[in-house]
Amino acid sequence: MTSDPRIADALARLPDYLSNHVLVSLVALAIGIAVSLPLALMSTRWRTLRTLLLAVTSVVQTIPALALLALIYPLLLGVSALCERWLGIGFSALGFAPAVLALALYSMLPVLRNTITGLASIDPAVHEAARGVGMTGRQSLFMVELPLALPVIMAGIRTAAVWVIGTATLSTPIGQTSLGNYVFSGLQTQNWVFVLFGCVAAAVLAIAVDQFLALVESGARRRSRTRLAAGGIALVLVALGALVPALSQPRGTIIVGSKPFGEQYVLAALIQQRLEAAGLPASRRDGLGSSVILAALAAGEIDVYVDYTGTIWANAMHRTASAASDKVLDEVTTWLEQEYGIRTLGRLGFENAYALALPRQKAEALGIASMDDLARHAPRLSIAGDYEFFARPEWAALREAYGLAFRNERQMQPELMYAAVAAGDVDVISAYTSDGRIAEHDLVVVADPKHAIPPYDAILLVAPRRATDRALGDALRPLVDAIDVRLMREANVRATVGAGASPDAAARWLWEQIRGLPARQTQARDPVRMAKDHR
Amino acid sequence: MTQEAPVIHLDAVSRTFGDEIRPALDGVSLAVQPGEFAAVLGASGSGKTTLLRLINRLIEPDTGTVSVESADIRTLDPVMLRRRIGYVFQGIGLFPHMTVAENIAITPKLIGWDAARRAARVDEMLDLVQLAPASYRDRFPHELSGGERQRVGVARALAARPRIVLMDEPFGALDGPTRDALGRDYRRLHDELALTTIMITHDALEAVLLADRIVVLQTGRVVADGSPRDLLASDRDPYVRDLMQTPRRQAERLQDLVDRQAAR
Repeated sequence: MTSDPRIADALARLPDYLSNHVLVSLVALAIGIAVSLPLALMSTRWRTLRTLLLAVTSVVQTIPALALLALIYPLLLGVSALCERWLGIGFSALGFAPAVLALALYSMLPVLRNTITGLASIDPAVHEAARGVGMTGRQSLFMVELPLALPVIMAGIRTAAVWVIGTATLSTPIGQTSLGNYVFSGLQTQNWVFVLFGCVAAAVLAIAVDQFLALVESGARRRSRTRLAAGGIALVLVALGALVPALSQPRGTIIVGSKPFGEQYVLAALIQQRLEAAGLPASRRDGLGSSVILAALAAGEIDVYVDYTGTIWANAMHRTASAASDKVLDEVTTWLEQEYGIRTLGRLGFENAYALALPRQKAEALGIASMDDLARHAPRLSIAGDYEFFARPEWAALREAYGLAFRNERQMQPELMYAAVAAGDVDVISAYTSDGRIAEHDLVVVADPKHAIPPYDAILLVAPRRATDRALGDALRPLVDAIDVRLMREANVRATVGAGASPDAAARWLWEQIRGLPARQTQARDPVRMAKDHR
Repeated sequence: MTQEAPVIHLDAVSRTFGDEIRPALDGVSLAVQPGEFAAVLGASGSGKTTLLRLINRLIEPDTGTVSVESADIRTLDPVMLRRRIGYVFQGIGLFPHMTVAENIAITPKLIGWDAARRAARVDEMLDLVQLAPASYRDRFPHELSGGERQRVGVARALAARPRIVLMDEPFGALDGPTRDALGRDYRRLHDELALTTIMITHDALEAVLLADRIVVLQTGRVVADGSPRDLLASDRDPYVRDLMQTPRRQAERLQDLVDRQAAR
């Protein structure tokens, strides 16, 4: 059996993902327990507190984990800004802090509920005996009630541990590296080995921690010092094992960010490879939500990533009118500089615009070439978009400009949209112009003669604190104006299709093309650009 | 004996629980002398457990006063009071997560004895209740028989050298022979250690065989109070007469058997 290169790739990332996952889970669990236990003890005295606590934590539990994590980010951003203003110290609202906070909240219900139940279910005769032999309330609690409730309390802690470790996989989109990175990037690049690997790793970790806690519990119950020590040492080793890679990251590491879709992973891999080739240590923070990534760059939590002019134009600058590509780039560059001190290194050379696409056959049959044609047929057609599309200003602009009104609108995972439109499940989709699947599924892009959708030139952005970093600039400059849309489309296909496909492999291929090396060359290159690259 | 100050003195004590109409205890007065072994006899619901719990402030009276060794217990810290009164609980009452030794040493530990002194006391107490220290010390309550558990219960009650012991149906859950042996053993300890004991029981025979004095409670009131001999002879109160009927008949039957044996 030949081993799949994706497994080797997954294993290579394991120390980083696993250690971060363990770290965020254990810190969250520790905080959750440290807060819940005293609250549970207090609530044995005050019935109203108990009712309130159980109600609040139950409500927290019903919030989908993904939404909870997403809600905590802007909250912390606000708190951080206030701290900065009043105390002069800010903290990172991305990644570790919101993940720990949300997971700690999540862990509270089982600990609280089991502690309260465990204490309440103690035989009243035992209570009475504790008082009768002359114990104070405190002594009764610590010498009798807590030891007797320990198995139930530990069961709660174990439940919380399993929940937290499972839910921590969802902290990837808010910038916390975790085993979820496998799942999120695997889903985006159709790398099922990654998805499976991430799930299995999280499950194994959860089971291991659960069993170590069980060992601690049985040690405490049976008063076996060996069990207690074995469980305790195992947990400490897990924690220490997590700290080593998480803390051993060299200082000055350049952090490359990416949004959660395939092209971004390829570009982030390309950037990382270029930086490392130039001797600059680099690491990745993959799969950041597109709403948090710009703030993360401005705050210096990531150092470099690729965004698209139209996204910043519409989402960050809140511009509604479209404009020519160069004008948008100029204004975006100036605005980013003035607003945040973010440096724009330049265009990569391709656009990844939103566009509406439909199968060539259907377009020809209905005579749809432009948006005006589409608008006439729209009331009888259905459209599918990614999770953002219908909330984005581009969609509003398109409807406004052409009077588009579809029979129905559906949200879909981007990976599934192309197959769905090709199969006729929906009639039109919001496609990305650099997506290799447009050609793969023989789709046509509907022309936008009024330029309702702004240009989406891919641009390299650098964090304020790295703006004057010459080594970084020199390492990445060869990428500027080096990737045309056909090249990017093919790289995107290569990241997902075929044996050994991965963003890293696609990035290496892309670099070979940029340098003009003959390996697997598929197209003639612009001689001017090649000359520039060979400097 | 009557000229000494009573060790435990209840004066017109009443207590009603929650929203019940009938008081659990209704104007009870009782003076227990030093060295006395008093049995409080009554059916369930007669208020006998309430009476016991009032003495170490596990509950408080609505009216009336309770004094222990001439001090009104309202002036005493309830925790300190309980630490100097031995208490043998109904049923098991041992802490299930503690060993026999830890159970016995609990009150000494609470009052600050060091570990060496506690360990010595545990062995001494196990000897006293006739359990071999080496084989019982480290066992857990669930590894003991009912009789052994209650012996440990007695050892725990006596460990901190109390002068007063309160026992709430201590032998009620045990089988006949065990109960008899344990009762006699405790009576011996009571005499040797010069204790003052109040024992709750619903078993008239047990009261007659162990106690110096029997206090009969009915629906929260004292209906009889005297030596076992007096009560067996008394036929003034029909309830007391019924209550005493059982031990009397048992005694008569036994006497009859013994007489026949002798006549043969």
